[in-house]
Amino acid sequence: MAPSGDAAGEDLSYHSDTAPLAVHDLTVAYHRKPVLWDIDLDIPEGKLVGIVGPNGAGKSTLIKACLDLIPKTSGEVGIYGKPYRQQRHLVGYVPQRESVDWDFPVSALDVVAMGTYRQLGWFRRVGAKQKQAAMEALKQVGIEHLAQRQISQLSGGQQQRIFLARALVQNAQLYFMDEPFAAVDAATEQAIVKLLQSLNGEGKTCLVVHHDLATVTQYFDWVVLLNMRVVAAGPVAEVFTQENLHKTYGGQLGLLNDAAKALSYVTR
Amino acid sequence: MLMMVSSAMAQEAARDQRALTHSQIEWPSTTDVWEVATLRNYNTRLVVLSTSLLGIAAGLVGSFLLLRKRSLMGDALSHATLPGIGIAFAVMVAAGGTGKSLPGLLIGATISGVLGLLVMLAIRNTTRLRDDVAMGLVLSVFFGAGVAVLGVVQSIPEASAAGLERFIYGKTASVIKTDFYLISGVAAIIVIFSVVLRKEFTLLCFDEGFASSQGWPVLALDVALLGLVTAVTVIGLQTVGLILIIAFLITPPTAARFWTHSLPKMIILSALFGGMSGWLGASISALLARMPAGAVIVLVAGTVFLVSMIFAPERGVLPRWLRHRNLRREVNRQHLLRGAYEILEHEARSSGSDGSVINLPFSRSALLSKRTWSSRELGRILSTERAMGHIEHLDHAMLRLSEAGFGKAARITRNHRLWELYLVTHADIAPSHVDRDADMVEHVLEADLVRQLEEELRARDSWTPVPESPHEIPSPSAG
Amino acid sequence: MKFRHLLQVNAMNWTSFDTWIVIAGSLCALACALPGCFLVLRKMSMMGDAISHAVLPGLAVAFMVTGSRTSSAMFIGAAMGGVVTSVFTQWISKFGNVDRGAAMGIVFTTMFALGLILIVQAADHVDLDPGCVLYGAIELTPLDLVTIGGYQIPRTVIVVGAVMLLNLIVIVAFFKELKLSAFDAPLSDTLGFSSRFLHYLLMTMVAVTTVAAFEAVGSIIVIAMLIVPPATALLLTRRLVLVMLLSALVSILAATLGHVGALTVPRWFGFETTSTSGMMATAAGFLFSLAWLFSPSDGLVARWIGRHRDR
Repeated sequence: MAPSGDAAGEDLSYHSDTAPLAVHDLTVAYHRKPVLWDIDLDIPEGKLVGIVGPNGAGKSTLIKACLDLIPKTSGEVGIYGKPYRQQRHLVGYVPQRESVDWDFPVSALDVVAMGTYRQLGWFRRVGAKQKQAAMEALKQVGIEHLAQRQISQLSGGQQQRIFLARALVQNAQLYFMDEPFAAVDAATEQAIVKLLQSLNGEGKTCLVVHHDLATVTQYFDWVVLLNMRVVAAGPVAEVFTQENLHKTYGGQLGLLNDAAKALSYVTR
Repeated sequence: MLMMVSSAMAQEAARDQRALTHSQIEWPSTTDVWEVATLRNYNTRLVVLSTSLLGIAAGLVGSFLLLRKRSLMGDALSHATLPGIGIAFAVMVAAGGTGKSLPGLLIGATISGVLGLLVMLAIRNTTRLRDDVAMGLVLSVFFGAGVAVLGVVQSIPEASAAGLERFIYGKTASVIKTDFYLISGVAAIIVIFSVVLRKEFTLLCFDEGFASSQGWPVLALDVALLGLVTAVTVIGLQTVGLILIIAFLITPPTAARFWTHSLPKMIILSALFGGMSGWLGASISALLARMPAGAVIVLVAGTVFLVSMIFAPERGVLPRWLRHRNLRREVNRQHLLRGAYEILEHEARSSGSDGSVINLPFSRSALLSKRTWSSRELGRILSTERAMGHIEHLDHAMLRLSEAGFGKAARITRNHRLWELYLVTHADIAPSHVDRDADMVEHVLEADLVRQLEEELRARDSWTPVPESPHEIPSPSAG
Repeated sequence: MKFRHLLQVNAMNWTSFDTWIVIAGSLCALACALPGCFLVLRKMSMMGDAISHAVLPGLAVAFMVTGSRTSSAMFIGAAMGGVVTSVFTQWISKFGNVDRGAAMGIVFTTMFALGLILIVQAADHVDLDPGCVLYGAIELTPLDLVTIGGYQIPRTVIVVGAVMLLNLIVIVAFFKELKLSAFDAPLSDTLGFSSRFLHYLLMTMVAVTTVAAFEAVGSIIVIAMLIVPPATALLLTRRLVLVMLLSALVSILAATLGHVGALTVPRWFGFETTSTSGMMATAAGFLFSLAWLFSPSDGLVARWIGRHRDR
């Protein structure tokens, strides 16, 4: 399979009906300006996928379009072969940290327990079992001692870990994470990586919007290079090349100095 | 609160306009309309001019409030004036007057309005509570206190406080000359301030943090802006009333916002809308019986808003929806024609001839498998394309491009591939230049660049005059 | 205002009248403070004010259609006015990309103006009692009695009490969902709890409460009690359950204090009494300012001390 996301002129048969995520012909446009253009993407099961691309490349938009949070101009998104509406229970979403009000009067444990709400359904309240699950998740991200802390009293990294713990208790098959590594401390970064790997170990699929090119090869086994279009998508070793990065970032390769180490790893 | 309003308004209307035996609207004669339109009548002139001036001033100030996302500040502020009015009345009565001197009451209103404002800013700056809570708090507590004060004042036996209600509901018909001077004076001050401080207010609204880091006195500017809001509110109180003045501060700027992306234009338009609503509203109220001016003005402004929101070409709901629908259709059409062209291209290539693409019939099912559209969706797109003469149905299974359709398909395919190539060769700047809807790449990019891109495509593949998709070219391994 | 004289007579002596007034006020305050917590957390504090103004055309239309002032028709008309306000506000801010505050302001002022014109147009047929709705008719509470199970209970207390119970039940039932959608609406949607449904549930609750209460006790109490007790509680604690309990407490305190204040404060200035509903709002403001000054975590005094200790 060519490391390409473009289906034009290609046989469509490689599109799998049961892939965790299959995006076909997705275009998202505001006014006349496209933000995403003819995106075709199939993510195989059980991969840790990094989505990288320059600012304004449409990385968050891609995730939001997949989750029906913004309208699509054309195209389809299939989650395990069906529209998202029918597959909500299989999907976990970790939004950007700024998307919520951290002054909200709830504790860390409360927020993590929100991940269990789907299993509870309407009316039933959070019981000992759900609290237990939430505690487990907090333990997994290494901040169980902060369970009772009000969320505004936590650091940025700790807040990010709460979001991840919440996704964890959702017990989904497919995770969308919007910049979980943005502005977090090194310890949190390590905790997130560990978490991703343990999710991967359980056979789950994670799509992670990522900024730091230098760590792509360490953290992910698949990568989607996005700049309004999918420049390339595939296994990191095949796709994460100097040429593809140039196609994605163009003259902004100053950024790529950071990635030099990573590239030397690929080209070695 | 509301029943009180209704009864006060009803009595006033009945007194002013003679009770009618039925509630039908009495349509004015042409001469009446002419008289009002040309401001012949002295009273009408005062009323119309004052409300227009008020509208202009409120439209200007309201623009900044809207941009600062504090539109409801006027709401809080106007309610906060009530205790001041009551106390001013009591003080004036205690001093031996009738308690109904307008300047005195307005001074009271201003003082308590400013006090409410300071409390709002203090809550916002010293607690974690947000703007909306601060506004709601000041509004309800000050209004409650005002109601309590009025409750006390009304028990003063020698002075009837009944007239004070007009501040709540407004009494446009009662504008007298001194009121007119007051309104025009204050409106002039507001206009001058808004124009002089335009840049600073814009900065404050757009990025408070940046303004403060640049050394601008953000708090002072905030106070100045809200001072102007207070001034508008206070002079508007007795003309349109403390509830309807809110509309003057919010509706015109919001309507103006739909027409333009440029701030100066928006401010001017907002002032225009405000003035127009005041003028039209007051005129209509003068012509028709039982039409309280304040309410009519608000309805006129509301109509302007509704029309703007739906039809304004720049940001209106309908044009935006149409644009989006057209974009959708355009995307579908391009997919269809490109898909058809790619089928022909594939056949030309596999037929082993010289490889030039010939306009042959192709099957509907081949087209269907090209994209993820349903058969029905494809049928819909096909029928519009057929209507445009781009495609011909041979029978229910086979299709053919028309001459025009073939040319268009080739061009779309070429453009698409040029854009694709442009995106990967100029990845750093491309996204901001790509225009999905541009029929010709040349319209957006410079001719030199297009030629360069074309040459690059040709160098990679010379199969057809229309360039290949760059993604189909196997990329040389980087390792 | 003949009833005011009754109160003047009893001003210094607490009677069963005063008890009923305080009970009605407290129930109403409670009914508002509970949904008010979520309103404040959703940054929609001004919605109560907007709805209380926007019910006017609903009232007018209900009156014109039925030709009567029966409370049920008026109630339905007003409640519909309230719901329409929240729907229009939502549409304008969503489809028109307008700031929600501005959308709210436009909707409620336009509705209010429309209501005014409708009522003035129908002035001949409308015989609306000037009453003291502006100041709230809460002082009249003990005069309109119904007998239930052998007890004479003011009608207002029953109406407001029923609304309070209704709000309590809805909030207890949907507590977890309301919390989730207020905190993170997209997540609420992805977990299958429609944030739109929950939004309109809250809005309907606010509309019904506003309408039920404004006829009984005056709209100023509603507007104040929707915002002030939750805001006070938010300064004192950071646990949602505690916020709700504290704001319930503050609302009851404010109602009690307000009535006592209405009887006593004017006397300090040589007047008789004043509007109880106005004073209840003022008392709520007083309690807020206490929390603002003395809250152990967020109070101005605590901050001031903290700053000086640092030096």
